[in-house]
Amino acid sequence: MSTALLGLDGVSKSYGAVAALRDVRLELRAGEAHALVGENGAGKSTLVKILAGVHQPDTGVLTFDGKPLVLGNPADARAAGIAVIYQEPTLFPDLTVAENIFMGRQPRRSLGRIDHAAVRARTRDLFDRLGVALDPDRPARGLSIADQQLVEIAKALSFDARVLVMDEPTAALSGVEVERLFGVARSLRDSGAAVLFISHRFDEIFALCQTITVLRDGQWVSTDAAADLTVDRVVRRMVGREVSSLFPKQDTKVRDVRLDVRGLSLAGWFQDVSFTVRGGEIVALAGLVGAGRSEVVRAIFGIDRYDAGEVHVDGRRLRAGDTDAAIAAGLALVPEDRRQQGLVMELSVERNQTLPRRWKLSTAGLLTGKAERAAARTWSERLQVKTSSLRAPVSTLSGGNQQKVVLAKWLATEPGVLIVDEPTRGIDVGTKAEVHRLLSALAADGVAVLMVSSELPEVLGMADRVLVMHEGRLTADIPRASADEESVMQAATGVGR
Amino acid sequence: MTRVQRQVILSKLGVFRELGILAALVVLIAVTALSNSRFLSAQSVKDLLLGSTVLALLAVGQTIVVITRNVDLSVGSVLGLSAFATATLLSGDSGLPVPVVAVVGVLIGAVCGLVNGTLIAAARVPALVVTLGTMYVFRGIDYTWATGKQINAADMPTGFLKLGTATVLGVPVLTMFAVVVLVIAAYYLASYRGGRELYAIGSEPDAARLSGIPVGKRVTAAFVASGALAGLAGVLHSARFGTVDANAGLGLELNVVAAVVVGGVAIFGGSGSVYGAALGAVLLTTIGSALPVLGINPFWQRAAVGALIIAAISLDRALVVRLSKALRARRNRG
Ligand SMILES: Nc1ncnc2c1ncn2[C@@H]1O[C@H](COP(=O)(O)OP(=O)(O)OP(=O)(O)O)[C@@H](O)[C@H]1O
Ligand SMILES: [Mg+2]
Repeated sequence: MSTALLGLDGVSKSYGAVAALRDVRLELRAGEAHALVGENGAGKSTLVKILAGVHQPDTGVLTFDGKPLVLGNPADARAAGIAVIYQEPTLFPDLTVAENIFMGRQPRRSLGRIDHAAVRARTRDLFDRLGVALDPDRPARGLSIADQQLVEIAKALSFDARVLVMDEPTAALSGVEVERLFGVARSLRDSGAAVLFISHRFDEIFALCQTITVLRDGQWVSTDAAADLTVDRVVRRMVGREVSSLFPKQDTKVRDVRLDVRGLSLAGWFQDVSFTVRGGEIVALAGLVGAGRSEVVRAIFGIDRYDAGEVHVDGRRLRAGDTDAAIAAGLALVPEDRRQQGLVMELSVERNQTLPRRWKLSTAGLLTGKAERAAARTWSERLQVKTSSLRAPVSTLSGGNQQKVVLAKWLATEPGVLIVDEPTRGIDVGTKAEVHRLLSALAADGVAVLMVSSELPEVLGMADRVLVMHEGRLTADIPRASADEESVMQAATGVGR
Repeated sequence: MTRVQRQVILSKLGVFRELGILAALVVLIAVTALSNSRFLSAQSVKDLLLGSTVLALLAVGQTIVVITRNVDLSVGSVLGLSAFATATLLSGDSGLPVPVVAVVGVLIGAVCGLVNGTLIAAARVPALVVTLGTMYVFRGIDYTWATGKQINAADMPTGFLKLGTATVLGVPVLTMFAVVVLVIAAYYLASYRGGRELYAIGSEPDAARLSGIPVGKRVTAAFVASGALAGLAGVLHSARFGTVDANAGLGLELNVVAAVVVGGVAIFGGSGSVYGAALGAVLLTTIGSALPVLGINPFWQRAAVGALIIAAISLDRALVVRLSKALRARRNRG
């Protein structure tokens, strides 16, 4: 049980001048789940990419079953039995979900032909194990982030991996899906596989993992048994100082209704959704993956249409399907799928942050660069964006730091009604508290905040009221005083109704 | 419409696209035949099929390349080179049997494709640039070799020329060749790992790399296939016309790309079928011969082809946008 299956020793990796990993060691044992934690940009995903054969380490060695292992490309890692779930989903939008899962490893029949029926059947089996209700034959195009992650998970489970590496697989998932994933991961682990798990959610880490390794600034800090650690101790090692891991919302003066949603319906995905958000209030929209939360906020913002209902902002009715009008009315939406909808990967950090505010920052229609840089610097510092330079392309940032750039971009537009879809997905503890502090400060300034979140502690800590959706309907409106884990989960799963 | 129905329809979208081209083709033929009954005479149908055959063959090869998010602009030049080589070999005293010469033509094309593929995969130069360059290079080789010569039908073995005009039940033998190639290519793309991986590469190249697909190798193979098919098209070209000079296939590449696009193959890769592309080739050829019959001025013929291309691309864009909206919004649970 305690022999190292996969080991790294003295591994370093630099991207140009940026040292992402320095002299890192790690031992994954068979039958054990190992957590890797660290701040955004600590080097976790870089380590994952080395295990996946995507990057080759500058120095250091990998060993597998005690023998040296060289991974020249992702195919080598697969052949060695290493399955990887990357932080950003890597699907083929034009191909079906089933094909995505089995690409390059499709079951075959005579003459080497793909056995399409078997591909479909095995996908269904996997989805049953994971409790996913996706159609194997639908194209991957248009899947929500959570569904994309579920497909990635199914992909990783589809081959008999001896090592399962998961880079923030749960970031967009809610409790029920996470539990199912953990069920499958535990049974893999118990049958002798080694699991490496990365997450910024500590409850998950302690629920699944026996060992915790901490990285800070690309360097190994410690490896300990989870039983010997507490959340606070882990956080202190990650950050190198004391931070509060949660920042509860301050009490504010609740003002007039700013966002008023009446009877919003879209056949097939949500029905008769009505609620209000007042200035100074933070309202959370909770529910399981697929309950229709993101769809509702997208419809409010005008990205998608709706069949019936009305949206009013500050007393004025918004035209359906018109995002420009929504922005003009003071609405801002931080979308769920940031990579697709929130960032221009090739542009620099500062350009990305100031995109929606080009006009405000320009002199006589020209972006002078100076105002742009100053604005970008302010927000990057507030959200602790870790980048070698504000001029660096966003594509070179770590996953969590990319999220911060999008968040900064929309927070800086000074909206009257702010809708955030999973505001802290992939963001580390220190910054998470900062984001919460920011949302709270915005509310105190009279902004109405609607927050979609799958993370229960965040919902309970931040929300004045919790709206819960279940299968496209609002099933509960729980005030802060009576909101707890049980009441929210009951409404979310439709129990007791 | 229930969810299930919508699902079925969405998954059949590709087939709809092909049926659309087929419908356009039928309408065009019907209208033309009504105004001039000779349009459907055996001879004119045969000419139409022969005319489509070379273009369709090239379109099949081009599709294989385009679904990987690449493009091959050198196919016209490769066809010219292969046609001239075939004609030269057959007209000399080499006495080589026709099948051997045909294989040589295909091999010449495959080597040209290998050059393209290697430059693109190894040197990481965009396909548009590489094949634009090799389009001129291959044509240049052809010119240098031919030095203004022309090889005439009289110099070629009659067996070979007969092959060019022979028909079985009114269908030209050359067309049958092309159909066999078409079916094989379609089956490979749909039912073999290598074929599916081409779609994956075109759909999301980075993801393809991360899933361990040997992207460079597959893309090179796609160019070899396109080159080999252009080589085969060159052989058919010389069998059909008998007369070959260094200008064979000049400017054909744009017709091929047009056929592929009209046939519903996404120009940014990841989707489309060789059947659609072949239908696109037939449609373009038919337009070329139907519009003069209808008495339409040649300028409008070109404009019609242009409009068709723009319409096809807009339609595909619109379909993708609608599809992703429908798919995103659909929860497809349960
Ligand atoms: N392609 C790249 N080019 C340049 N620098 C990069 C590149 N990829 C990552 N980096 C840098 O390497 C460092 C480590 O990044 P990495 O993605 O490993 O962080 P991480 O621990 O996974 O963070 P997160 O929690 O945000 O996902 C960061 O400073 C990042 O900016
Ligand atoms: Mg990461």
